[in-house]
Amino acid sequence: MSTSTERHQFTTLSRLLHWTMAAMVLTMLGIGVTMVVSLANYHALVSVHRPLGVAILILVVVRFVNRVLNPPPPWPATMGRAERLAATAAEFTMYGLMFALPLIGWGMLSAARYPIVLPGPLRLPYILPHDLMLYAALRKTHTILAYLLFLTFITHVGAVLVHTLVVRDGFLKRMVPWKVRPPEPALPTDPVRP
Amino acid sequence: MSTHPNAPAGAGRPRPRYAGTVARVGLIGVILAALAGAFAYLGGWFTPDDLTPARFTDAFEQIDGVHPGFRRNHAKGVGVSGVFDGNGQGARLSKAVVFRPGRVPVVGRFSLTGGDPYVADMPDTVRGLGLQFSPPDGETWRTAMINLPVFPVRTPEAFYERMVASEPDPATGKPDPARMNAFLARHPETAQAALVLKGRPVSSGFENSTFHGLNAFRFTNSAGDSTPVRWLMTPAQPFEAATAGAAPRDKKYLFDALIAKINRQPLRWHLVVVIGQPGDPTADATMAWPDEREKVDVGTLTLDRVESEETSAATGINFDPLVLPAGMAPSDDPFLSARSAVYSRSFTRRAGEMKPPSAVTPADVEKGK
Ligand code: HEM
Ligand code: HEM
Ligand code: HEM
Repeated sequence: MSTSTERHQFTTLSRLLHWTMAAMVLTMLGIGVTMVVSLANYHALVSVHRPLGVAILILVVVRFVNRVLNPPPPWPATMGRAERLAATAAEFTMYGLMFALPLIGWGMLSAARYPIVLPGPLRLPYILPHDLMLYAALRKTHTILAYLLFLTFITHVGAVLVHTLVVRDGFLKRMVPWKVRPPEPALPTDPVRP
Repeated sequence: MSTHPNAPAGAGRPRPRYAGTVARVGLIGVILAALAGAFAYLGGWFTPDDLTPARFTDAFEQIDGVHPGFRRNHAKGVGVSGVFDGNGQGARLSKAVVFRPGRVPVVGRFSLTGGDPYVADMPDTVRGLGLQFSPPDGETWRTAMINLPVFPVRTPEAFYERMVASEPDPATGKPDPARMNAFLARHPETAQAALVLKGRPVSSGFENSTFHGLNAFRFTNSAGDSTPVRWLMTPAQPFEAATAGAAPRDKKYLFDALIAKINRQPLRWHLVVVIGQPGDPTADATMAWPDEREKVDVGTLTLDRVESEETSAATGINFDPLVLPAGMAPSDDPFLSARSAVYSRSFTRRAGEMKPPSAVTPADVEKGK
C-alpha cells in the first residue's frame, strides 16, 4: 500500500498509530508505577489504567495487521545487518509486550475475580478461572513485563536518537508525524575509499 | 554503524566533528537518564519515606507477624453465605441492581480485627463483616463493615500513625503510653471518637452485632440524583450485652457461638441506608451523622451457611470497599482509595502464599452442626 513517495517514511496510518500508542503506553507505564505507591490516587488511577490498557490491547491488534499490510520502508544503509536484526527484534518485542501486558492485566483480574470495570456500562468477562495462585503469578508477570517494556522503550529511543543525532542519517524522519520530502538521491559511494 | 561501507547519508555533508559527537552522545545520555529518572520518580524511588500501600501492609506484618496466606488485617475469620432480599426501597436512592426488589446471592466473612489469625476471641475486639452481593443480572457489590459506630481515626495517615504508636515496646511488651498520648494530642478527633466508643454497648456475639460501613458513599438513582449515604447492618437477633469481667477461656468462643447459632436458624440483618444532608461530613468517619437523619431499610440479609476459610469462597475474595456497581460511587473520604490500595497489596501478598489451616477449622464448623 505504500506509495513510492512514502517509501522513506512509514505510512500515515502507521505514524498515527505509533505516536498515539507511544503516548498511551508511556502514560500507562507512568500510571502503573504511580498507582501502586499511592494511597489517595490509587482508585482514580486504576480506573484510568484498566480502560486505557484495554484500548492498547485493541489498538495493538489493529497496528499489527497494519504492519503486515504496510511493511516498514527499507532500512537506511547506515544500519548493518546485525543492527537491523536487533531493531526488528526490539520492535517485535514491543508489539509482544503491548499485547501481553493488557491481556495479563485482564487475565489477572479475572483470576482474582475483581469486576473488570470500564467506563460507563462496559464490563469485561472473566477469561480465567478464580485461582489465587494464578492471580499472584500473573500479577508478578505484569510487573516484570511492564519493566521490560520500559527497558525496551529506553533502548528503542536510545537507538533512534543515536541515529538521528550522532549518525545523522535522518532516521527519526521515518516516523515523524508530518510528511517529509524524500531525501536527495544518494551519491555513489566514494570509489577511492580504502 | 556509521562505518557501514554503503553509508550514503553523511556523504554530502561535512562529517560531524569529534567534540560535536561527544556532545550529542552526552545529550542522548541526558535524555535517557531523564526518562528513567522520571519513571523512577513516579514509582517512588526517590521518596522512600512516603506512606505507600506496601509500607502500610508492612506495618500490619510488623505488629502481628507475617502469617503467610492470611489477610494482613482481619486475619481471623470464617466464611458465610446466604441471600439478600431487596425490598425495592433503595431504588429511589441508587439504580444499583441489588436494590431492586428481588433476591441476590451473598458470600461473606465474619472476622476479628488484627493481623493475627490465631488471636484469642475477646468481647471488645473489633468485629468485621465483609459481604459480596452478586446479582445474577447485575454488577457485584462488596463492602467491609465493622461493629463500631464511628471510626477512631480520620485519615489513612492517622490510622498508620496510631498503628505505629500502639505497637508494643520491645522492652515492656506493652505500647508506650507516651507515644499514644502524643498521638492523641495531635489528633483531637481520635480522642473525641474514643469517648463515643468507650460508652458503646458491646453485644454478646457476631449474630447480634450492628455492622457499620462508616465511610460515606454517593448513591445515584436512575433519574441521576445523587445522595450522600452511609450504611449499616442492624441485626434481627436481639441485643444481649457481652458479659463483662474475666477473659473467656475458649479462644474461639465468638466463632463457635456463631457456628452454633447459624446452624440452629438463619441469621438476619436489615441493610439500613442513612441519608446525609448538606453539611454532614462525608470525609470524616470519626463523626456520626445526627441521629435524626432519614434511615431507609432497603432489604434483609439472611445468612444460613457457615464454612471455614479452607472451603469458603470468601477466602478468595478481596472485600475491597471500592468494588461498587453503577449507582454507587466513592465519596470524598480519603479512606476509600487508601483502603482499596492497601487491601489490594494485602490480597496480592496472601494470594501467592501457602496458607496453613485457619484457627476455625472445618472440624469446628462440623462440630457446631
Ligand atoms: C512507548 C513508546 C514507544 C513504543 C511502544 C514504540 C514502538 C515502536 C514500534 C513497534 C516501531 C516499529 C514500527 C511499527 O511497526 O509501527 C517503532 C518505530 C519507530 N519509533 Fe517508536 N515507539 C515508542 C516511542 C518512540 C519515541 C519516543 C520515538 C522518538 C524518539 C520513537 C521513534 C521511532 C522511530 C524513528 C521509528 C522507526 C524505526 C524503524 O524504522 O523501524 N518511538 N516504534
Ligand atoms: C500496555 C498496557 C499496560 C501497561 C504498560 C501496564 C503497566 C502497569 C504497571 C507499570 C503496573 C505497576 C506494576 C508494579 O509496579 O507492580 C501495573 C499494575 C497493574 N495493572 Fe497494568 N498495565 C497495562 C495494562 C493493564 C490492563 C489492561 C489492566 C486491567 C484490565 C491492568 C491492570 C493492572 C492492575 C490491576 C495493576 C495492579 C494494581 C495493584 O497491584 O494494586 N493493566 N500495570
Ligand atoms: C486506612 C484504613 C484501613 C486499612 C489500611 C485497612 C486494612 C485492611 C486490610 C489490609 C485488610 C485485609 C484485606 C485482604 O487481604 O483481603 C482489611 C480487611 C478488613 N477491613 Fe480494613 N482497613 C482500613 C479501614 C477499614 C474500615 C474503615 C473498615 C470498616 C468500615 C474496615 C473493615 C475491614 C473488614 C471488615 C475487613 C475484613 C474483610 C474480609 O473479611 O476480608 N477497614 N483491612
